[in-house]
Amino acid sequence: MAFFFQELVNGVTTGALYALVALGFSMVYGVLKLLNFAHGDLYMVGAFVGYFVIQWFGGPAALSIPVPLVLLIMFVLAALLVGFLGVAIERFAYRPLRNAPRIAPLITAIGISFFLENAALLLFGAQFRVYNTSEFISFSSGIQIGSVSIDAVQIMVLLMGLVLMVGLRLLVTRTKLGKQMRAVASDREAAEMLGINVNLTIAATFFLGSALAGVAGVMAGLLFNQVTNMIGFVAGLKAFTAAVVGGIGSLPGAMLGGLLIGIAESFITGYVSSTYTNLLIFGLLIAVMLARPTGLFGRPQLRKV
Amino acid sequence: MLPPTRGPDIGVPVPALPPEALAAEAARPAGERQADAAQEGGPQVGADEWVARRAQRHEYLPSWLGSAQRAAERVGWWPRLAIAGLAGVVLPLFGLGGFQLQVGIDSLVIALLAVGLNIVVGWTGMLDLGYVAFFGFGAYAFALLSSAQVGSHGIHLPSLLSIPIVIIATGILGLLVGLPSRRLIGDYLAIVTLFFGEAFVEFTNNVAPGVLGGPNGIVGIDTVHAFGHQISSNEGYYYLLVVLLVATMAVLRLLDTSRTGRAWRAVREDPLAAGSMTVPVDRVKLMAFAFGAAVAGLAGTIFAAQQISVFPTDFDTPILIVVYAALVLGGAGSIAGAATGALLVYVIYDGLLRSPTYSGYMFYGLILLTLLARLRPWRRLALVLAGTVAFGFVAHAVAQAISHTWVAGAPQSTGSVGAALRDWVIVPANAQTPGKFGFVLLVCLLIALVQVKGIWRTVLLVPTLYVASFTWETVLIANPSVTRQLMIGAILIVMMNARPQGLLGTRRVEVPT
Repeated sequence: MAFFFQELVNGVTTGALYALVALGFSMVYGVLKLLNFAHGDLYMVGAFVGYFVIQWFGGPAALSIPVPLVLLIMFVLAALLVGFLGVAIERFAYRPLRNAPRIAPLITAIGISFFLENAALLLFGAQFRVYNTSEFISFSSGIQIGSVSIDAVQIMVLLMGLVLMVGLRLLVTRTKLGKQMRAVASDREAAEMLGINVNLTIAATFFLGSALAGVAGVMAGLLFNQVTNMIGFVAGLKAFTAAVVGGIGSLPGAMLGGLLIGIAESFITGYVSSTYTNLLIFGLLIAVMLARPTGLFGRPQLRKV
Repeated sequence: MLPPTRGPDIGVPVPALPPEALAAEAARPAGERQADAAQEGGPQVGADEWVARRAQRHEYLPSWLGSAQRAAERVGWWPRLAIAGLAGVVLPLFGLGGFQLQVGIDSLVIALLAVGLNIVVGWTGMLDLGYVAFFGFGAYAFALLSSAQVGSHGIHLPSLLSIPIVIIATGILGLLVGLPSRRLIGDYLAIVTLFFGEAFVEFTNNVAPGVLGGPNGIVGIDTVHAFGHQISSNEGYYYLLVVLLVATMAVLRLLDTSRTGRAWRAVREDPLAAGSMTVPVDRVKLMAFAFGAAVAGLAGTIFAAQQISVFPTDFDTPILIVVYAALVLGGAGSIAGAATGALLVYVIYDGLLRSPTYSGYMFYGLILLTLLARLRPWRRLALVLAGTVAFGFVAHAVAQAISHTWVAGAPQSTGSVGAALRDWVIVPANAQTPGKFGFVLLVCLLIALVQVKGIWRTVLLVPTLYVASFTWETVLIANPSVTRQLMIGAILIVMMNARPQGLLGTRRVEVPT
């Protein structure tokens, strides 16, 4: 039973991470009806930003400033840089295609994803970059419940994930920006007619979504320790699955979908075999799409003719 | 395009526009120009003939180039295919080496894939992101049927039997994968097919390693042997592929102009309207999937036989993206466009970028061509070119004055390009790190260039060109395998934004909903 709970904890932690990526993905889909294939690669950029912050302050073994401060700088810098990268991508590549046939922005998104992956390969090389989290955050500093141990990084990821998700929920439901986002998502033209600055709202959505991906990237670096230019692709697919399983465009759906995928992955790895994890996850996605295309929490869409 | 025009002056050469008018014309957005053309559709009372014909004339180049263009357009589709096929057959006679021939073979395989993908994406308008899995399925199926992999002695079917079997099997797989397309539209279909493609790679990597070989793939595949001949040389495969590509294009042309082809395009434009016009939408979609998959299966068999080995990585996402780039560059919806785009993309991708000399010619040639085609008036073009040259020499002199190590390196381009650039482009002694910063700067400059307007765009163009050259000479040529992937990504982004119909495709008019 201890094994079960340990796997559950691991799964929930990874799931929180996927959920953050899935949230940004779902937000962007909500306002633009665009599958942003480049979203996973933004997460990869975030992970690299975190890595370079650690290196900047003297490397994992000899940090020149207190650890919480380094973590704060990592998260803030990753969120800002990746957020602005997302805004730049939207401005440069997606905005001119807003009224183009649906297939055009999708193909552009694939191109951007490929471009980012290879730009990272050019800039940072193909080798694994290692965070060495254990050298500045001790694994024993976590908590132990019975035989289930939750280490400090996991606690941090869980707490931050929770705070960000609640914060995002409040932002979308309680603030003016959130109201604008929902208005643009439901009908862009009508929103524009009512005086909502659609371009600004879409840019803000991209910023928030990308910043979440950046934060998730730093978390992934701390949690999994290794960063390469290819981590974005797989994480993007998982987040994709999470968003789709939860019902694409629905934010609570993305959170629950992320947790579900994380837990499923952890259990498949733990109880079946790590060889088949990805295959089964992808199979799950295809099955969900076939049985319930709008996801577990999405409402069926009505299409105007 | 235009209804028959009135008056006796039809066919009279039209006076050339003054350069200012041409520039103003070129500077206007394409949509506006089209709208004008539609409004001035026919001859108008009181309007000059040349005004009425303005839009049509705009599509041709000036002077004798335009006449050549018109003459080329009079050649029909079939003669053009025959000429292209003949050119393909004649090409190896000019003494292509082993490497060039291999590039030729690979680009023909990509061309086959692109014309197949065109059925699903270009004609039926469904985004199939798992297409490369059909290619992989065809290759793996052929490998299993013609190697020692299955059973104690293996199966060694004759190619005349195994190739049709594989094509039909891949077609059936395409039909099955296409089944969700009845319910799922647009993005949802893209997701399902994307995951199908990823699942295929995971499957071949992990499932039944005894049969499929896992990451080590299947080796020792029989070559194609038919009619008492065995094709074992690269020349043989080259000719086989030329014949197969021409045959496939011919069949697809017949399909395109048939009832089925029209039904596909009707479904692409509006499934609902097509359905109410008694087009069996579901069946037509499934047919597109099956035909597309069958072509990919054919490409897979030849690929496997020529490589005599298959590995899961041969069918991973990068190949899919190359095929998409080919289709997008050539023009989705056009058979000739798909094939031309594929040959162009792959020859640049795998052939030219491997050689520092040729890739240099290509890079600077493309920049010059783009400037020549896009920059008007000539004054501005001359200004930008002169400005860039001067900027380079000044920058080089300043850098040299500051420190000799800043200019101690030599450009990566070899040949005459490298020699010409020696005193122009700054290449530091240790060029890798500055080159990386140059790359980031270049991307930022390009984004800025698109955003600014008017005179600032011209001004910004000068440093952008210089930084592009700097990045090229420091890091991009030094890492050809990364550069070519970046190029593929850039093709997708730029083409979709600048010319979504591709080089040879026809512009699609979408009714906004």
